[in-house]
Amino acid sequence: MSDTPTIDPTFIAIPTRRSRRRRISPLLIACSGVLLFVAVCAVAGSAVAPHDPGAQDLALGPAPASADHWLGTDGLGRDVFSRLIAGTRNAVVGPLLVAIGTVLIGTTLGMLAGLRGGRVDSLICRFADLVYALPALLMVVVIVGMVGGGSLIAWAVFIFFSIPTEIRLTRSATLRQSKLAYLDAARTLGLSTPRILFRHVLPNILPTVVATGMLDFVGALVGLSSLAFLGLGVAPGTADWGLMLAEERSIMDLNVWAALGPALMIILTAVSGTVVGDWLYDRLSQDRGRA
Amino acid sequence: MKFTTVFIQRRLVALALLLLIVSFAVFSLLDLSPGSPEEALLGPEARTNPASVEAIREEYHLDQPLLRRYWNWLADVAHLDLGRSTESGEAVTHVIAQRLVLTTQLGLFAAAIVLLVGVPVGMLAGLRRGSSFDRVVTSAAIFLASAPPFAVGILLILMFGVWLDWLPPFGVGDGAVDRLRHLVLPALALASAALAIVVRQTRAAALGVIDQDYVLFARARGLSRRTIFLNYAFHNAALPVVTTVGLLLVFSLSGAVFVETVFGLPGVGSLLIESINSRNIPVVQGLTLLTAAIVVLGNLFTDLLALAIDPRTRYAGTA
Repeated sequence: MSDTPTIDPTFIAIPTRRSRRRRISPLLIACSGVLLFVAVCAVAGSAVAPHDPGAQDLALGPAPASADHWLGTDGLGRDVFSRLIAGTRNAVVGPLLVAIGTVLIGTTLGMLAGLRGGRVDSLICRFADLVYALPALLMVVVIVGMVGGGSLIAWAVFIFFSIPTEIRLTRSATLRQSKLAYLDAARTLGLSTPRILFRHVLPNILPTVVATGMLDFVGALVGLSSLAFLGLGVAPGTADWGLMLAEERSIMDLNVWAALGPALMIILTAVSGTVVGDWLYDRLSQDRGRA
Repeated sequence: MKFTTVFIQRRLVALALLLLIVSFAVFSLLDLSPGSPEEALLGPEARTNPASVEAIREEYHLDQPLLRRYWNWLADVAHLDLGRSTESGEAVTHVIAQRLVLTTQLGLFAAAIVLLVGVPVGMLAGLRRGSSFDRVVTSAAIFLASAPPFAVGILLILMFGVWLDWLPPFGVGDGAVDRLRHLVLPALALASAALAIVVRQTRAAALGVIDQDYVLFARARGLSRRTIFLNYAFHNAALPVVTTVGLLLVFSLSGAVFVETVFGLPGVGSLLIESINSRNIPVVQGLTLLTAAIVVLGNLFTDLLALAIDPRTRYAGTA
């Protein structure tokens, strides 16, 4: 498509002012800022919170925002702002582990499929296709709901359902590499498959891997907070955004921030992660231009 | 044509295999859930009443090995017998059917929003790329694509149900008109993610089409904008839109679980959560099997639709 002579295609449209050069948009800066803020809160945790996130004040109960409690208090008189900050760590740790697990397993399988081809390839692809065809979030809800077992099980199940996408992306990135001369050279030298995969292929597709890992992270963040909203995968009383939203939405008329706060945090973090992840993927991945 | 036949055969085999695996996983839920199957089926009564334990063992053939029981269960499922709810004792199919009406209405409403709003908006944004309309649409799509439906639902309740007080935030309403009013906010929340995807796909498709030589030629022949838009751009951009329909089904089925919980609607989504919480295993099994079947069949249907719409896909395998 790109080798045809380009004729201004915008005759139907208003002439564009879009420039071809990539520039960093204000949206991207804002989103990176949000992610940075979330990261700082996750590391510092309740140390930077103005109140003890678990301290109850039953006499106060759900109160609207005030000078002391910036976002008011929840149904048990706990400080909403402090609980949001404390919840950051819960919101980040799970998705981080899921993303790492997905990248480790998915990338290995994807590279193996792309490099070896043949029977190994079709076996791995069949597996990916089968899992991919299922409604992942629903399956996770059912499995975690019925088997129980808290967050560990929830993370494991999430990894299982995130692997197919990771496999597909790393496989296609590896396929592009496998035509290149350095891999022929490596094969001719008789290097072992693991050595070729991790010392030769991996460094070359690392940008794709980093970018997909970021998107895995966002997916897991949304998914795990959805589970927590249903009361699954987290212990009751935990400072978790999804769980807070579920517990406090009944007192919305008393302190709107108790529900609005966690909802906004989930949305902001997810949107920022997607924007930054998409940008990374566009910038880094060799799949550039593929929607 | 030969490719099409082979393709369909292959898909049907994969479909059967997938459903078999899912059904086995679903059946194993009974043995995987904490506690003995007798307890899972009977609840606390299992400890106090040996007679009913005996009866339940008899009814579910719990003395037999797992694979044997699976086979029997599968035979029952093939006859549309999914067992009885441990709560009410009604047939699971009956319990699900009662709740399915509302979820179907909700899903159709959301699908209507997605197709009637998403396709034109995405098409227009693509044809006017770089305009402020395009930029607003693209930003909104980023926002909606990554925000989970339950959080969007809470925002909608706050905005239109509490602050503006335009629409009822909870409940199902009486009569058709009232029902429709009650379903507006849930349908919007359910549609949000799929809407964003359809807008993006349509926009990208429109962008790809207006660059084509045949559009330039149509323009050179002096065809009207309308004709070009409908006969060329729209028709050729339809394929990527159609392929998202399958995705739409997945989104509305899993989204329904969250949206129905947020808005307090008694559909199959909230039925699933209630059944999980009350450990009503036969209902959970039935619902999971039903959704998996719907999603898998929906995906097959989408692929067949793509074959029907776009002749190019029919030769994809032979190239």
